[in-house]
Amino acid sequence: MSKIRIATTSLAGCFGCHMSFLDMDERLVALLEHVEFNRSPLTDIKHCDPCDIGLVEGGVCNADNVHVLREFRKNCKILIAVGACAINGGVPAMRNHFNLRECLEEAYVNGVGVENPQIPDDVELPLLLDKVHPLHEVVHVDYYLPGCPPSADEFLSVLGDLLAGREPALPKKLLHYD
Amino acid sequence: MSTEAKQNTITPNTITIDGQEIPFKDGQTIMDAALAAGVYIPHLCHRPGLTPHGSCKLCVVDIGSRGVSFHNSDRRVQTKFSVDIDGRSVSACTTPAVAGQQISNNTPALNEVRKTITQMLFIEGNHICPSCEKSGDCTLQAMAYHLGMLDGHFPQFFPHREVDASHPTVMLDRDRCILCELCVRASREVDGKNVFAIAGRGITAHLIVNSPSGKLADSDLETGDMAAHICPVGAILIKEHGYEVPIGRRTFDLHQVGEIGLEKVILAKVRHTDE
Amino acid sequence: MSSPIRTVTVEQVNAVIADAYSQSNHLLHILYALQQRFLHISHEAVREVASHLGLPISQVESVVEFYSFFYGTPRGRYNILLSNCTSCGYMVGDENLMDTLCQRLRVVAGKTRADGLVSIDETSCIGMCDHGAALLVNGMPITRLDASKIARIADLVETETPVANWPAEWFRIDDNIRNSSLLLKNDFAAGDGMRAMLARNIDGTLAEITQSGLRGRGGAGFSTGMKWKFCREAQGAAHYVVCNADEGEPGTFKDRILLHSHADAVFEGMTVCAFVIGAEQGFLYLRGEYRYLLPQLQAVLAHRRELGLLGSSILGQPGFNFDIEIVVGAGAYICGEESALIESLEGKRGVPRNRPPFPVTHGYLGQPTVVNNVETFAAAAHIALRGSTWFRAVGTEKSAGSKILSVSGDCAAPGIYEYPFGVSIQQVLDDCGAKDVQAVQVGGPSGTLINPVKFNRKLGFEDLPTGGSFMVFGQGRDLLAIIVNFAHFFAHESCGFCTPCRVGTTLLKNGLDKIASGHGTQYDLDEMKRMGALVKRRSHCGLGQTAANPILDSLQRFPHVFEQRLAHSNFEPYFNLDGALEEARQVTHRDDAAAHLK
Repeated sequence: MSKIRIATTSLAGCFGCHMSFLDMDERLVALLEHVEFNRSPLTDIKHCDPCDIGLVEGGVCNADNVHVLREFRKNCKILIAVGACAINGGVPAMRNHFNLRECLEEAYVNGVGVENPQIPDDVELPLLLDKVHPLHEVVHVDYYLPGCPPSADEFLSVLGDLLAGREPALPKKLLHYD
Repeated sequence: MSTEAKQNTITPNTITIDGQEIPFKDGQTIMDAALAAGVYIPHLCHRPGLTPHGSCKLCVVDIGSRGVSFHNSDRRVQTKFSVDIDGRSVSACTTPAVAGQQISNNTPALNEVRKTITQMLFIEGNHICPSCEKSGDCTLQAMAYHLGMLDGHFPQFFPHREVDASHPTVMLDRDRCILCELCVRASREVDGKNVFAIAGRGITAHLIVNSPSGKLADSDLETGDMAAHICPVGAILIKEHGYEVPIGRRTFDLHQVGEIGLEKVILAKVRHTDE
Repeated sequence: MSSPIRTVTVEQVNAVIADAYSQSNHLLHILYALQQRFLHISHEAVREVASHLGLPISQVESVVEFYSFFYGTPRGRYNILLSNCTSCGYMVGDENLMDTLCQRLRVVAGKTRADGLVSIDETSCIGMCDHGAALLVNGMPITRLDASKIARIADLVETETPVANWPAEWFRIDDNIRNSSLLLKNDFAAGDGMRAMLARNIDGTLAEITQSGLRGRGGAGFSTGMKWKFCREAQGAAHYVVCNADEGEPGTFKDRILLHSHADAVFEGMTVCAFVIGAEQGFLYLRGEYRYLLPQLQAVLAHRRELGLLGSSILGQPGFNFDIEIVVGAGAYICGEESALIESLEGKRGVPRNRPPFPVTHGYLGQPTVVNNVETFAAAAHIALRGSTWFRAVGTEKSAGSKILSVSGDCAAPGIYEYPFGVSIQQVLDDCGAKDVQAVQVGGPSGTLINPVKFNRKLGFEDLPTGGSFMVFGQGRDLLAIIVNFAHFFAHESCGFCTPCRVGTTLLKNGLDKIASGHGTQYDLDEMKRMGALVKRRSHCGLGQTAANPILDSLQRFPHVFEQRLAHSNFEPYFNLDGALEEARQVTHRDDAAAHLK
């Protein structure tokens, strides 16, 4: 029986959800009997092949995030928004209080200790969106895994349901947003 | 007629909530009667002792005059509950209990409505739980847990709202305000002041402070006021006591929002550091 | 900046407050005077008003921010508000008259021009739907707008010609009565109804009103006799009569005519009510959009006082004391809801109360209060004069008497049509010269959208109740644009008290905008249905409970107007991705391929 193929990525996030995923510790070994990882910071594979499950951490803050998210949506049968930032923008979305120019000027022009102040404009850099958005405002999302980060038990619970062919149902005792 | 009326005041009347008969006294609302009987009806803007408000609509229940059937022979099957299609939707906290009311409350359909309303409250504000000191003590968050809310569902409004950190001991972060007016009522009815009010209308309605500058520092709010402690979310916080209780040991880590009489626990929890 | 605002002294503010206070101590009246004088209501002014009236600063502030016609920042010396109604609004065919005016005067809608001369914005229906596109300039209505009139208005503003010197015929408002029945056909001489009332005495008068079968003309249709009876029986230190002239439902303008040409009947109906319930004080709550009627209404009241029809010992009856004060609203549709109106009368935000208790027992200042529609009071006056049999002879079993319709939209003769209850939609359409009708909106946006197969339906409480708005939409109209307009209206007018309406009306508005812009999917339609049902069933008051009607009606009866706009994909983003990069492009001066998203 072929393994379930999973891709993961972090957009405007802190990789905390990925770290939490790894908190499964030895249970990872058992999980890897059933799953294999495709595009992921864990494998360093740069692009998605067709996958069964996509786990996306972080919100959408720039053009590159949009491209990556679209690639995941296109290639993953089930797309899961992982963590507070993916679900409602989270801490990165706190910049939505300010307009983009204010943010950039604070960081690159007026900030304490800035030398040679200039707003980066290299074409290699992805442009920032005027606001940070949750995933479901850009693509259809199939399931949500809240938490900052979601605990390893949450990952196991949802993946366990999916591996068993069940509709994911997060137990209430695992449900938390912080 | 008059003897009947007299009897009614002596013999408590009853209403029926999800098939359970519950007594009520004259003047009680459906919420009063339910809480007194240990029946939880979800609520955010209601608190016993303050004038009922009826704005959050978490406590919506359906009253079916006729045609209500409830099969509770099997407790696991909660869905065999039908309500008269013409049943009225009311707020339990403001609707007087009337003898014979057949009320549905804890049904999958109503809890789905409540979950949607909770999502609406989340997306209209800026509720960034991971960065909020109230996380774990927040009734809105606990309500969302209670209703199994995984996400905000709707697009975020990301409103621009003002933070007021002017007061020496109390902080006002409107990003998290859900317009429940508990602080408005607590200030007026318990503290004997008039510190807070709602201004504006529609989606731009917002909490304002009754002071010449509009700032909290110029108001007569004091740390000991109930209005400084009653906020169910993290909009009004006591300064310099952040994270005294670690995440994982907070109110809703130890309690469910559906427990009756939790108000005292919540108030005690936020008061103990000051007293 | 030559704005005079910065030089306003506390003394000047206090002089305006004192002057206004000498006429009326009502908060809305004083705030209006300040708005007029200083073109906005500053924080300083708020503080002074609060101290003058002994109110919390927050209460005054909350009122200023609630009503559309009060502003926290200065408006132009010419403040122009164009109606955005589908009948008297600034969209004339494909022409956007507001854009035209803004361009001519180099103004951004909603923002005051830097020299302080002019500000332009849109406002909810101003009740001129039988007069074509209309606006308010410094509160005065100008109707029959077209591009050439807009150009002349722009010139008059630029040349700073006082509004009083603008062409007088621009301000002419006609009654446009096309069809008359009980109330508009019969003469009514001031005092006749009251003399008949005195002859019958209280019980006899109440019995006559009850037997007439008169029901509330606002649309809800509660028995007027019952309402008066409940109020009369309610214990209280004082009883009050309130006339609801906050006619805000888009497409409704019948009260404008009644107040303009039949004010005596309206005031007499209020006085009859006062006699029955034992009230000494009455209020006419006039919508701010009709403020231009105020001088004339004050004159009618003065005349009635001279005739002994108001004041002490009315018509020589010892102990029959009653007078009427006019309170003018300030742009809030919700104040047409009776308990919100009472809150507004009390100098607060217009937020509907929890009911029970109802106003008949706990109304104005917590006292027993009758709130009736303008048309209801006019009918009551006629019934007092001519009796219940006269009234019942017209109409249907459950809907006695006549109904005044405000007919507007795509028809040859928009105007006022009074019919016996029971008239069919088709009959009205035939009479007003409407051809190739796509749909009719009965009762305004909060009412019912009717498709042609149902034009045999009849107006009346047993079939189609209506407050009087009757909007005709021809085949050439974009029905979706109308539904979008209504959704914006409700989101704008929601008071914000309860979650379902506050958030739900905005979600519905945003969802419809998405569909109208061609970015909606079937999923979005399903979401609208679900949200519409929730807003309708779970909202606190009638505004929220009806706000989704246009969407739900049209999804059911005109599904194609949505379906033909849907994007052929499973999902469309909720915002314009490329547009969201625009600010970054400007900041970085980039426009390369990677600086765009498709």
